[in-house]
Amino acid sequence: MTSLIGSVRDRLGGSGRESSSLTVLAGFAVAAILLFAVAPAVLSDFRLNLLAKFLCFAIVAVGIGLAWGRGGMLTLGQGVFFGLGAYIMAMHMQLADAARMKQDVPGFMQIAGIRELPTLWQPFASAPVTIIAILVLPGLVAAVLGYGVFKRRVKGAYFAILSQALAAAMAILLTGQQMLGGFTGLSDFRAFFGFKLSDPANRQMLFFIAAGTLLVVVAIARQLMHSRYGELLVAVRDQEERVRFLGYDPANVKILAYVVAAFFAGIAGALFTPIVGIISPADIGIVPSIAFLIGVAIGGRTTLLGPVLGAIGVAWAQTSLSEQFPSGWTYLQGILFIVVVGFIPAGLAGIWPMAKGFVQTRLSTPTGPDAPAAAAAGKPAPAAGNGAARADADTTGGDAADPAKNESDDTTPDEEQKVESR
Amino acid sequence: MDVIVGQLFTGLSLGSILLLAALGLSLTFGQMGVINMAHGEFIMAGCYTTYVVQQVISSAGVSLFVSLAVGFLVGGALGAALEMGLIRWMYDRPLDTLLVTFGVGLVLQQLARDIFGAPAKNVLVPDFLGGGVEILGAVVPKTRIFILVLAVVAVTALAAVLKATPLGRRIRAVVQNRGLAETSGVSSRFTDISTFFIGSGLAGVAGVALTLIGSTSPTIGQSYLIDAFLVVVIGGLGQIKGTVIAAFALGLLNSFIEYSTTASIAKVIVFVIIVIVLQVRPQGLFTVRTRSLA
Repeated sequence: MTSLIGSVRDRLGGSGRESSSLTVLAGFAVAAILLFAVAPAVLSDFRLNLLAKFLCFAIVAVGIGLAWGRGGMLTLGQGVFFGLGAYIMAMHMQLADAARMKQDVPGFMQIAGIRELPTLWQPFASAPVTIIAILVLPGLVAAVLGYGVFKRRVKGAYFAILSQALAAAMAILLTGQQMLGGFTGLSDFRAFFGFKLSDPANRQMLFFIAAGTLLVVVAIARQLMHSRYGELLVAVRDQEERVRFLGYDPANVKILAYVVAAFFAGIAGALFTPIVGIISPADIGIVPSIAFLIGVAIGGRTTLLGPVLGAIGVAWAQTSLSEQFPSGWTYLQGILFIVVVGFIPAGLAGIWPMAKGFVQTRLSTPTGPDAPAAAAAGKPAPAAGNGAARADADTTGGDAADPAKNESDDTTPDEEQKVESR
Repeated sequence: MDVIVGQLFTGLSLGSILLLAALGLSLTFGQMGVINMAHGEFIMAGCYTTYVVQQVISSAGVSLFVSLAVGFLVGGALGAALEMGLIRWMYDRPLDTLLVTFGVGLVLQQLARDIFGAPAKNVLVPDFLGGGVEILGAVVPKTRIFILVLAVVAVTALAAVLKATPLGRRIRAVVQNRGLAETSGVSSRFTDISTFFIGSGLAGVAGVALTLIGSTSPTIGQSYLIDAFLVVVIGGLGQIKGTVIAAFALGLLNSFIEYSTTASIAKVIVFVIIVIVLQVRPQGLFTVRTRSLA
């Protein structure tokens, strides 16, 4: 077990270079200063609002990094949870606006000729119910789905396709619901829990809420990744059967990561609605759900901050590029998927250790079996052979490659040292 | 009675469309384990091939049959190019292949948008497929019958190729035991490319068929892709039989649920049913027995 966890620890770019809690605190402090002091001072109101939107995507990305990067679950349906949070918040804001104007139903319903408030809407007139629903519902849906899928050992491609089908079903369902705005979605919100959205000061407050949420989410993700659970999660990703044989239930490990990712996405959606001012099925369908992934892949899916920076960078590039070249962005997005996922699976975060001369040991480590060295498997350098052996173990699904692994563990003084140093 | 027959036929028709879209996937995903998200764009390529062929050959009847052949070649060529250019490097990373091919799909979609324009294009339906036939009181469009027949022909042809030709024997050999096949002198590279060619060619054929029942837009493939994947997942990997049964089962299920509720709710109910089916049979309805753990 120790050797398993040791090797697991060793293979993570992030936790491999264990940073002291002081450095982490300093990092958080710098991020906080950047977000809370520098950004509002430097950026115009419009840009600040844009950045707030990007931060929402970054919150989703942290969850994806956990589920996909650490847990190996390719979740193509985060839009579902994002949409749940966003629509719940949108319904509440519509109802609050209507209540302020002494109307029974929101404006768009009056236009559509709906005189009575649908049952689905009624709970969300109350602010506490709305907040609880945003925090609980996405995770609950993920838990039910995850339980159904992972307990039956449906995994890999099957899970990816199912999660994508869920996003498609959700988008189709919402498009068909006139009482949820149908194809055009919900928009024209006037106030966020009583604060007028037309006031720049309140919009700045929204940015601060998004920034604070992002910091909290990153902190939660960091604690999870560095805990015993985080190591189990990576172990499940790399060797699910072996973890099962050791007496753990991999399904529970996966469900938790999936639920946390959904939880983050739900919160991000709830912030997205007041910040952007509109939520429609086009924001949560198949394409936006997969688009969440590209930033994570670029930043480095196994790292903590890679997904955050990647998501912000991609969203920024999309905004600035699609203004000038509308079709150019789609090409670039497609090419990014091909190049980054295909050829630099460790993302930009994986280039850094390479540059530091870790080429031999690191090529196989940052993303485990799907790292380039393991994929190529042509040059069996002592350390790279280690990764390749594990990749083989993955495909054969047995312990046949075990002796090879132990052997290479023993013959790599570099790795042994690292395990001891902890 | 005629309502039931009508729904029954709607279901069979939807099933045959799903089958055409999923048949190629049952080769590339089911046999080779590659998740090709650009498969939907190969379907789209088939649609636009029909459109282009009709610009050249004005007779709608002749152009349809020419398109079927050209569509197969266009889809196949795209698939073979994709296999040789990208997928061959990624056989041990199925999930990454999914995202990479999604990127390819995005690029192809945008290419179609730039070449043909975003508005939908219409293809003339040949005269002999105009109108409908009355079966047991329900009027059934001839185009739907044509697609049903086409699906049956495609399945039969694919089964025959896999079962009786040297190429089919090689494909099965490589799928069942790659190492042993290579040792016996089968070129697994050539076989992989051919499998991809046939699978993607079938997507092109599906695209040609789709032009008969609707207009062509750059996103047409995407709308069928998820359903096609679900068909293969439910059917179980590695067998055509499962794909055929799953396609018609999903088609019928969809049409009857849609009749009693609405189209959007039907989608969600079908999804729930699929998750429940996977509870009972996590590997799909029909599985090839193996001794592997996965």
